[in-house]
Amino acid sequence: MPSGRVSIFVTCIVDQVFPNVGLAMADVLERLGYDIEFRQDQTCCGQPAFNSGYREEAATVARHFLRVFEGAEYIVVPSGSCGSMISHHFEELFEPGSDSHKESLKLKPRVYEFSRFLLEIAKTDDVGARFDGVVTYHDSCHALREMHIKNGPRRLLGKVRGLTLKEMDAAEECCGFGGTFSIKFPEVSGGMARTKIDSIQKTGASTVVSIDSSCLMQLQGAISRAGLPIRTMHLAEVLASR
Amino acid sequence: MNPSDIPPDAAIHETLGDPRLQTAIYTATQRLIDHRKKAVAADALPAYQDLRALAHRIKRHTIEHLDYYLELVESQVAARGGKVVFCEDANEVADFVLNLAKEKGERLIVKSKSMTTEEVHLNDRLESHQLEAVETDLGEYLLQLAHQRPYHIVAPALHMTRYDVADVLTKNLGVEREVEPEKQTKIARATLREKFLEAGIGITGANFVVAGSGAVVVVENEGNARLSSSAPRIHIAIAGIEKLIPSAKDLAVFLKLLGRSATGQPLTVYTSFLSGPRRENEPDGPKEFYLVLLDGGRTKLLADPGKRESLFCIRCGACLNHCPVYRKIGGHNYPWVYSGPIGAIITPQFHGIGKDPWLPFASSLCGACAEVCPVKIDIPKVLLKLRFEVTASGAKGPGERKAFSLWAAIMARPKLFSLFGAIAAHFAPRPKNGAWIRKLSWPMNLAPLAAWLSQRDLPPPAAQSFRSQWKSRKAAR
Repeated sequence: MPSGRVSIFVTCIVDQVFPNVGLAMADVLERLGYDIEFRQDQTCCGQPAFNSGYREEAATVARHFLRVFEGAEYIVVPSGSCGSMISHHFEELFEPGSDSHKESLKLKPRVYEFSRFLLEIAKTDDVGARFDGVVTYHDSCHALREMHIKNGPRRLLGKVRGLTLKEMDAAEECCGFGGTFSIKFPEVSGGMARTKIDSIQKTGASTVVSIDSSCLMQLQGAISRAGLPIRTMHLAEVLASR
Repeated sequence: MNPSDIPPDAAIHETLGDPRLQTAIYTATQRLIDHRKKAVAADALPAYQDLRALAHRIKRHTIEHLDYYLELVESQVAARGGKVVFCEDANEVADFVLNLAKEKGERLIVKSKSMTTEEVHLNDRLESHQLEAVETDLGEYLLQLAHQRPYHIVAPALHMTRYDVADVLTKNLGVEREVEPEKQTKIARATLREKFLEAGIGITGANFVVAGSGAVVVVENEGNARLSSSAPRIHIAIAGIEKLIPSAKDLAVFLKLLGRSATGQPLTVYTSFLSGPRRENEPDGPKEFYLVLLDGGRTKLLADPGKRESLFCIRCGACLNHCPVYRKIGGHNYPWVYSGPIGAIITPQFHGIGKDPWLPFASSLCGACAEVCPVKIDIPKVLLKLRFEVTASGAKGPGERKAFSLWAAIMARPKLFSLFGAIAAHFAPRPKNGAWIRKLSWPMNLAPLAAWLSQRDLPPPAAQSFRSQWKSRKAAR
């Protein structure tokens, strides 16, 4: 039984819009024996500004993050995209040699996307979950291409009792969210979501699972608009199910 | 918003709303995706990832020593009886071709596919001087008849179905309507053969220019480039200066990658090595050979080490095929001849970021382009750099910067963040049974929310944020 103290960064979107995802992640980690710490001063990783071309503003938020999580041994994040922002892009925001740059390099190896933490640190692919239904998995882009997370979440889903995983053709295609892209180019973004949903529908799955709540907001938003009988769930919510 | 920062929304809307066109783009790119995937799979090309890394290194080396290789290629081409012509910009290229045609008394020019000549609008310039330039690549020929620019770097007429092709041929050549691709090809071939035999000048592009030997390498599937370079009396190859590679042995790397990345072919049907005019004891080939090397803004890109890799591109088109944005908006909604992700990074660098500042933002940064790039250009990284340059230049206007400054100030102050969250949660509409928001009325219908709602429903903020639920959970234990 693994144990220890784990700090969670729930991300701004989970905190404000999808709190159940954060609670589910905490449940799974607690069941594994971890002591969960939530640092109350946490906010956002700064990615919206970074991806929109506002580096200074992103650096302001990143510096805040570095202060909040100073000294944390493990930081577990229910997102590939925010995780990648922290562990890959923070260092690009600061002058090499500066204190913040050093801090970001120190932080980097301690940041774990949730599924990776389960597999690599907790060393388990079976958290004792039960979920009855056919699900399909959406590879979120930054998890897949910046963090190289592909099989891990599938391994975890494969051990869930009652769950059947059906792959869609377009698993690796972007859902069209892309942060501010979704509102700067709404029609293109919406079109991308609908293409993805076509592929989801072809699997016959009733649930789409991802490790990123922002992708799921995009997909659920388009599914809801189309009135389709499909629901989206974060991996943590599936793994917390019993 | 700055007036030049407006993407061609109406045209994009039209493309998205054309189901026939959408199917044509999606199907054609999917075919190219599938073919590439098989061709670079571990069992087909075990060294694929090593080759990509090597190709990147060779390109970096060449671009960083371009002055040396340019001098080398000039002397090598001269040693084989040809001539290198350096052109600073598009006009110089057209002037050279015009003057040469005039001097040699030639009127008809056959051309094989070349993006570089598209870049300089060569055909328009030639036509305005009563010269006839005929595109001989089937796709390019159809586009020339239809007065369109290429839709795709590799498959210029990717957007045309065979029914579109039938219309173009009937309208322009007066032939009977024919929808069978094979028969359509025969129609084009019959016209083009005459042109090949008659033309005094053949213009080709160059996929690679081997500096060490002065050879121009052209890959193609139709044989029209080989004919264009060998049948007419004069052969002019036109290429950007970034097409140089040091030596012929480097081709072993690039030829393995180019065909596979572009169409999934291990090698294209024709790979021509063209070095200089016909020699004394040779029975055929051109009598004169010119290699036109165009700068056209490339040295400007070269000067910036952070974005220099944009010049490594070998024009395979894989990034277009895999780009979910290109697959929606197609090629013609990009402002310049180069479309898709590579177009989005090189267009602003060639034309200046002030011209189409929206372009680097037209990406979800999904990274599919970088994943398939055979020379490992980190396109998302360059897009991010360009986005930063655009905002720093002020092209986005003061409003957006103010909004992000305010946002950052809130995100760095957890109490404010919680307060704003609580206010939003209090005032947000909450549809029944956990449904999502369909529309917002004043004063909630702020522009970003309205843009979101134009396509998708919106989740209401949680009544209780995670942080407040966490507090109660801890207190209850």
